[in-house]
This record gives sequence, structure tokens and C-alpha cells, in this order.
Amino acid sequence: MLMVAGFFLASCAATKTDQGGDVDAASASASSSSGGEITAGTQEDLIVNVGDRVFFEFDSSELTVDAQATLDAQAAWLMQYPDTNITVEGHADERGTREYNLALGDKRAFSVYSYLAQAGIDTNRMEYVSWGKERPEVIGSDETAYSQNRRGVTLVSN
Amino acid sequence: MIKKILIILFFSFNANAALEVTIAQGKVEPTPIAITQIFGADSDTARYGNTLRQIISNNLTNSGLFYTVNEDLYIQSDNLVEKVPRFEDWKLIKAQFLLSADVSKIDKGIRLRMRLYDVFNAKEIEKLQLTIPDENLIRRVGHTVSDIVYERITGETGYFDTRIVYVSEIGPLDQRVKRLAIMDQDGHIDSHQFLTDGKNMVLTPRFAPNKQLITYMEYKNNLPRVYIYNLKTGEREIVGDFPGMTFAPRFSPDSQSVVMSFSDPNNAANSEIYLMDLNTRSRSRLTNDSGIDTSPSFSPDGEKIVFNSDRGGSPQLFIMDKNGDNIKRISKGRGVYGNPVWSPRGDLIAFTKLTQGNFHIGVMDLNGNNERVIVRDFALESPAWSPNGRYLIFHRQKRSNLDGTGGEVTIHFIDITGYNERIIPTPRDGSDPAWSPLL
Repeated sequence: MLMVAGFFLASCAATKTDQGGDVDAASASASSSSGGEITAGTQEDLIVNVGDRVFFEFDSSELTVDAQATLDAQAAWLMQYPDTNITVEGHADERGTREYNLALGDKRAFSVYSYLAQAGIDTNRMEYVSWGKERPEVIGSDETAYSQNRRGVTLVSN
Repeated sequence: MIKKILIILFFSFNANAALEVTIAQGKVEPTPIAITQIFGADSDTARYGNTLRQIISNNLTNSGLFYTVNEDLYIQSDNLVEKVPRFEDWKLIKAQFLLSADVSKIDKGIRLRMRLYDVFNAKEIEKLQLTIPDENLIRRVGHTVSDIVYERITGETGYFDTRIVYVSEIGPLDQRVKRLAIMDQDGHIDSHQFLTDGKNMVLTPRFAPNKQLITYMEYKNNLPRVYIYNLKTGEREIVGDFPGMTFAPRFSPDSQSVVMSFSDPNNAANSEIYLMDLNTRSRSRLTNDSGIDTSPSFSPDGEKIVFNSDRGGSPQLFIMDKNGDNIKRISKGRGVYGNPVWSPRGDLIAFTKLTQGNFHIGVMDLNGNNERVIVRDFALESPAWSPNGRYLIFHRQKRSNLDGTGGEVTIHFIDITGYNERIIPTPRDGSDPAWSPLL
């Protein structure tokens, strides 16, 4: 058990730097609304100006402080576009069994879903689904890819 | 099925205790068997004979318990179905057993006659005659004869007349197209068949122990749910009406129920194990814990269930009674465990374990003792037992690279002693293999 804990801690440490970098980038673009040809209230708008995803630590479905900040911004954005419905996808990296990762992906998706619900978004506007490790964002068998794949993604569904 | 179609006439001699090949751990020296030409009087029957000989020879060799003595060495070239062999000739080339057969056309189809001899003891140990109503059954007849030879010589139940259902994979790793496919246990291309069209992702198919059914998970309309596929009719039916994801299904030994995970939206989408009675459609919840509970697998007597749970902090293996009582952790080693599967003999649990950057497939006793790693690699998953409990099939995936290359996934076969690993060929990539019971 002690050795397992050590393994987890090592993974988390490696993850945090990756995650920090990504979320910072996301919030930076959120504050500098670039406008341009992007249609407001669309998936592209969400990606560019808010950040469509949050990242999780290894084997965890808890929302990090950075993830919560991204979701606060998503909630505000969803308030701004009340006709927008979303599906939250939960994903896992490839270092677990298919079935365990389906379960983990569902918990991750639900973490995002329930955070947005608590932030005031009507649950009738939201669905969630787990893709386990079946739909990686980044192909690759290393921690760089894994940290990008342990994610919850908000998709505009209408 | 085939047992009903074929008229099998046994003239068993019940020879004093069959020669037993030990299944104790360690490498088994393959037993040499000679297989004569399978004689046929015309071009059709000669062709059937060649096909049959090839199937039988491949099956026996692939088991790791036999090798076929090279035909070029055979001194006697007669049909030995109606004639006593010159045992000295076969002893000379060190064939321990000798199989001879012939095929002929009869009114109602094809007739196969076969005799198996124990060369060293100079006696016949099996003699049978089969009537084959349709030439499309030739492959299955080959498997059936292989089973008879295997059983007669090793004393173990055979496994050749069986099928493997698996997930056929193609396309980029981030947009894989996954289809259910089925094939004979030898993976022969002539037996290969797709069951779904690839429109929806499918995962984790498993056979019913005594029905022509497969349970699996499918993303229909993007809703991941457990389904049952009927092999006779091709119909697909959802298992129960659940308001959230259902997954990780397996049949109970009587095929009357499915045990699976359900992530209840009213329970923070935490996965618990449920039992779904397919007749009454009633469901019962077996676990109740804030951790993930998944990958349930019944004991062959139907009394207990082994499953995967992270209730202690990391994913480990547990056994509980069939009603969810008496939960006990069994995995003791270091690492992250998953995929527990109860052996058909009832005495072992196969599992995967992730530790020190590698996956391992191994077996352990029911109390978690005597953990043995059978194979280790970067990515291994989905162990499934042969119906006789002597072999495992699983999938192995290569590392993938940022440029999208790599990640090839293939189905493998291995003796639980850790010897005799080989690939089971599939036309595309293959994962999540599951073995049918003996047909």
C-alpha cells in the first residue's frame, strides 16, 4: 500500500506542472476576448474565450482549483447564452483497465456536471457521458499525452 | 448444436486410465502424434480430408501439448481406419500416438471415420464415425475431432470446438471504429464474421455460458448501455432501463442473469454492481460504497462474485457472496489491480495488474495467495479463460506516439504456465476477446 501511495504521488507531481500550464493558457485567453470572426455562444467561442475543458489528476475525479476557475467561467458563459445546451464528456488516460476507466470517466463527467449545476445551470440544459479511455485527445504513451487525456470536456450540443 | 446435427457413434474402449499429460506448473514437453493423410476417394472428399488434417494438426500443435510428426518421415502410407497399423514403423519415427481417418460421400452427406492408436502400447484407444450433413460444417468437424483426440490423450476437456467474440478495431487511435466480431478459436479467416457495423462503439463482449447470447456495452445514441446480442437471430436488446451508464457485464453461470456496473446519476455517478434477472427483469444492487465497484465475475457455482474496487484507496480485487455480503479483499501484492475473471475450474482468479509502469496478467488463488505473473508488457488487458481453464486469451497493445503511429492491439493466447504464447490472427486489430463455452 505504501508503495502504491508513492506511485500515485509521483504521478500527481508530474501532472500538476502539465495541468497548471494548460489551465493558465485557457484562462489567459478567456480574459482577452479576441472576438474576430468567432460567433458568440458557439463551441468555438467557448474554446477560445472561456476554455472548454478541465484536467484531472491521476485516478481522481476531484476538481482542482484551476478546474473550478474554468468551470466558474463556463457557468458565467452558459448564463450569458441561456439557449445553449451542453454535453459534458469525461475521459481517462490509457493507464487503467477499460472498465475502471469508464467508471472513472463517468465520475469526472459528473463532477463537472454537478459543479455547473451548483453554479446555477439548469440540469435540463446538460447531459454527461463517459468515454473512459476510448477517445484520447492526444495520442501517445507518455505523461504529456496522459495529462491532456484525463479531462472533462464541455460540448455545445445545439 | 453440432452435437445434435452429427450422429456420433463412439466405440470407446475405456482403456485403463487415459495417458495423462500433467498440468502442473512448468513447461510440458509436447507429445508427438502422427496424423496420416485423411483419405478421400474423389476430389471433393480428398479436399475435405486435407482441410480436416490441417485443422486437427494446427489445433493440437497450438495447444502446446502435441506436435505433429513430419509427414515426410512416415514409413507406412496406408489408410489405417480398416487396417491395424504396423506399430513398429510408427515407433521408429517416435510417434507416440497415431491418428488415421477417411472421408466418403454417403446419401445424407459426408461420412468421416477415424481411429486413434497408442503406438507404444500398440493398441487402438478411440474409434468413431461421424455423419456430416453439410460441407459447411467441415471446420467444426475438424475441431470436434481435435477435441476427442485431446481429451482421449490428455484426460482434460477439449476446447477446440469453441468461438471467440472480440472487438475489431480500425482507424486513428482517437477515433477508433470498434465492431463486434466472432471467429473460431483458431482465428481462421473462413470462420470470421462481423456482428455489428461499426456505427456505434462497442466494448467488452462476453458469452453466455449456455445460450447463444453475448452481453456487451454499446454507445447507442451516445448512451453507453449494456446490451444482449442474440447470435441466432442477430437481434440486440438493451439490458434494463437505467438512467445512467451501465457497463462491465457478465452472465451468471446459469445464463439467467447479468451482473454489471451501473453509474447512478442519483448517486454521484459512482459505479455500483447490480444483478439483473433477465426473466423477471428485476434488479438488485449488490454493492454500496463511495468507491468505484466494477468488473464483476461470477464463480462457476454461482455462489460468489469477484470484482474490482478502489474502496481502499487504489483499485484492488474483492470477493463477495452473490447477494453482496461478506466482502473480502483478496489482492495482496503491490500495484493497481483490475479485470478479475474467475476460472471455469473454480480454483483461480485471472487478473491484470499495473505496477512499475507495466501491465501484468496473472492468476491467484481465491484467497489471493500464490499470485503468479503469466505475462508482462507495457499494455495488457482483458484476460479470458478457455472453457477448460488451462489457457488464457488477452489483448496486448503497443505504445503509441504523438504522430499517431503505434498503438497496434492484438489478441494473444497463452498457457497458464506462461509458456506457448501465440497471436490469434484477426483481419484488423483486435481487443477484449472472450471465449465461448464448448459448443
